[in-house]
Amino acid sequence: MSAAISQVQTVDWHSPAIEARRKSRYAAEARLKAYGLIAIVFALGFLAILIGSLIYSGHKAFVQTVASVEIDLSAAGVDKAKIADANWKGIVKQALLDLGDAKSLPKREQKKYLDIFTDSAAYLVRDAVIADPSRLEGKSTFVIPLSDPFDQLAKGEVSRQTPEAQRRVSDKDIAAFDALVAKGVIAKPFNWGLLFNADSRFPELAGLAGAISGSFWSIVVCFAISFPVGIAAAIYLEEFAPKNRWTDLIEININNLAAVPSVVFGLLGLAVFLGWFGLPRSAPLVGGLVLALMTLPTLIIVTRVSLKAVPGSIREAALGIGASKHEAIFHHILPLAMPTVMTGTIISLARALGETAPLLLIGMNAFMTSAAHGIFDASTALPTQIYIWSDSPERGFVARTSAAILVLLAFLVLMNGIAIFLRQRFERRW
Amino acid sequence: MASSHIYSAFDEELKFLARRISEMGGLAEQMVSESVQALVTSNTALAQKVISDDATLDAAEREVGDKAVIIIARRQPVAADLREIMGSIRIAADLERVGDLGKNTAKRVIAVQAQGVPRKLARGLEHLSELALMQLKEVLDVYTTRSAEKAKSIRERDEEIDAMYTSIFRELLTYMMEDPRNITPCTHLLFCAKNIERIGDHATNIAETIYYMATGAQPEGDRPKDDTANTVTASVTE
Amino acid sequence: MNMMAETTTEPKQGQTMSDPAIKMMGKNVTVHYGTKQALFDVNLPIRQNTVTALIGPSGCGKSTFLRCLNRMNDTIDNCRVGGEITLDGQDIYDPSIDVVELRARVGMVFQKPNPFPKSIYENVAYGPRIHGLARNKAELDQIVETSLMKAGLWNEVKDRLNEAGTGLSGGQQQRLCIARAVAVSPEVILMDEPCSALDPIATAKVEELIHELRLNFTIVIVTHSMQQAARVSQRTAMFHLGNLVEENDTDKIFTNPDESRTQDYIMGRFG
Repeated sequence: MSAAISQVQTVDWHSPAIEARRKSRYAAEARLKAYGLIAIVFALGFLAILIGSLIYSGHKAFVQTVASVEIDLSAAGVDKAKIADANWKGIVKQALLDLGDAKSLPKREQKKYLDIFTDSAAYLVRDAVIADPSRLEGKSTFVIPLSDPFDQLAKGEVSRQTPEAQRRVSDKDIAAFDALVAKGVIAKPFNWGLLFNADSRFPELAGLAGAISGSFWSIVVCFAISFPVGIAAAIYLEEFAPKNRWTDLIEININNLAAVPSVVFGLLGLAVFLGWFGLPRSAPLVGGLVLALMTLPTLIIVTRVSLKAVPGSIREAALGIGASKHEAIFHHILPLAMPTVMTGTIISLARALGETAPLLLIGMNAFMTSAAHGIFDASTALPTQIYIWSDSPERGFVARTSAAILVLLAFLVLMNGIAIFLRQRFERRW
Repeated sequence: MASSHIYSAFDEELKFLARRISEMGGLAEQMVSESVQALVTSNTALAQKVISDDATLDAAEREVGDKAVIIIARRQPVAADLREIMGSIRIAADLERVGDLGKNTAKRVIAVQAQGVPRKLARGLEHLSELALMQLKEVLDVYTTRSAEKAKSIRERDEEIDAMYTSIFRELLTYMMEDPRNITPCTHLLFCAKNIERIGDHATNIAETIYYMATGAQPEGDRPKDDTANTVTASVTE
Repeated sequence: MNMMAETTTEPKQGQTMSDPAIKMMGKNVTVHYGTKQALFDVNLPIRQNTVTALIGPSGCGKSTFLRCLNRMNDTIDNCRVGGEITLDGQDIYDPSIDVVELRARVGMVFQKPNPFPKSIYENVAYGPRIHGLARNKAELDQIVETSLMKAGLWNEVKDRLNEAGTGLSGGQQQRLCIARAVAVSPEVILMDEPCSALDPIATAKVEELIHELRLNFTIVIVTHSMQQAARVSQRTAMFHLGNLVEENDTDKIFTNPDESRTQDYIMGRFG
């Protein structure tokens, strides 16, 4: 036996069999690398296609075709005390007709000409004057968005080669529009309205302010509820709860809840918050509550994992010098877990921000023409706004839908960026 | 022992050993000088004191040994520390032997006392013991400085004692031949002289140990010898 | 010339007339983890101002016993401790004993240096702060300074008290942990293999520190290294398979142990 042990086996490391084997091992490694690379290219490719198509279809919504019209309000005889009661429709109509030298046209033609501008031109002018009454003195210039068909025409979405019968603007309309262009009153500035206007039936006036404010308030409510509750629950389960059948059951249920489809939470919100508690429909409060329910399981899991990730030696160190359990948790463990918890929270909130189904069920797809000013105002949210716009027939909403998606994506990227920043900033401390 | 250990207690223990060795050296020196003094002055009381001092020296040697064992067990010394401790054990053993030789000399005082020691012989013995004691004293000084060169030079000086011893040996032979009644005291004196000569050998041993402690190497070459007493014969027909 | 009367620098234990007072005492201590018994009727005195080393092969129960002494085992769910452990004659498992106070009186230093990810100052100040040992900032500063001095770290860190404790070297971190334990003025300091993560020089420094701390504290140290036990302790207790095999003077254990199992273990002949 000892002879067998002491026998030295000589290996010819350059025999053909061994070399071939080595070669195939290297080949397997190279293949694995190639698969990974292909997968990444594939994923990045689809992402690029998605973003690219969104930008392609949505970028035109970021500019808006407008006409600048000069109105001499000192001649219009507006009562300074009652600005809102003045005949704005008449004043603006006259001004617009002057702009296109259309006063001499017959009534029907005039009406067709006025269709170039947005229906709400009179209100825009009125609101601008109310905001700045000094404009009543002398001449001032107002920017009036063009109505959707002409906006599309200006952006080249409506082709002039299309037979007249098949397009929404007649040759005459085009002639009138071209005349305005020739006059140099048409411009295409950045569409701030997209971010600062509330929703509207007219695409040229529709904006995301209502949706952004609704989403903001919902997320505030969601954070205010899920963050403390989630952390408290996680701390209890991780640090205090005895390990028995009950806590096992709770744990399993939390894990299951995290996997429940979000629409179910919407139904729950509909039944409980609207049905039983009678909370206002479409309010960010209810949206936030539903989203909080949805994020809570994820948040508990993330918090527990990050508490678990704090080295046990820190806990022992604190207990070893006579810190009580709560001191060990609040002075040492939680602060160390916090960067991860914050990252997890922000990512959960980002997911909640993009959630549509539960919000639709509790009515956060209301058509609201003003931004929400609190958690009780009925409003929409970004994803539901996208859903509404994508359903709207006007041509202008196609681009706006894509633009809204881009805005939503920008917010998500921003939130993830904050999460990454927090992680980088605070997580390398032990 | 240029720099101190991180373990201050280890330094203390090594210092303790060194101090105990120095004390043993001092006592051994004293015992030898007193024994020779007792011999030449036939002072039995002093001889008794030397005999009883030997117990102290023996106890000190055992203590050094025990301490060294504990230090080895607790500190696992290496390199210079290990040589230091091994050297201490060897030096303690040499010093204990020196003490034994002194005690042996003292014991003979009683036997020699009756006739006394002839003046000339006494001077010879005194001189021999001076040489041996000087060597012992120097080697103990070297122990405190741990100088390898000095240790080497001491080792080379053993010759002198050997030569002195050989001459005393011849003298004693002469005495014994002159008068057979001298045989008893002279035999004792012969042993005493031998004892003193052995002390020189132990001093040389210690010097070698110090050299080893300081350098980690054994001194090269044979130790110089001029002890020709083993070839001296008594020519009866004179 | 009476050299035998001269006192030796090391107090010789076992030969002195009175052994140091017993600070802590384990009487018939048993420990179960679930159904598995980890300690069997351990009777072990911990003497005041003495370093007691607990040695033995892995899994012999030495760390378990150590963690019973300040009830760190409480944090393990299924751990049950039987028998009696006293601190100054008082049973520390008595329901009237406040575990927070106990752990302040019986501090602990762990295997891996585990400073809080805070500044050096905060690491040391934390204990006195939660226990309210300083009335004002000046007192707290004083405690921090003396604790760091006792831990032999003051000169190395006095100019950078506000830097992170985790930025120190391993040995310095462990001494910071010792300073942190010392800052609460404990009576007993438990050390669970405090040098196993350190290099030999850092180990030597910590061991030397332990040697000095013995003057003010009672120290119990668990170590895998028999040499370490030999170097730092005055009393050594040898554990094997959950039993206390032998407890005696360290000099005795390492030169002439009573039990053959101890001898086999320290000589490296364990089967």
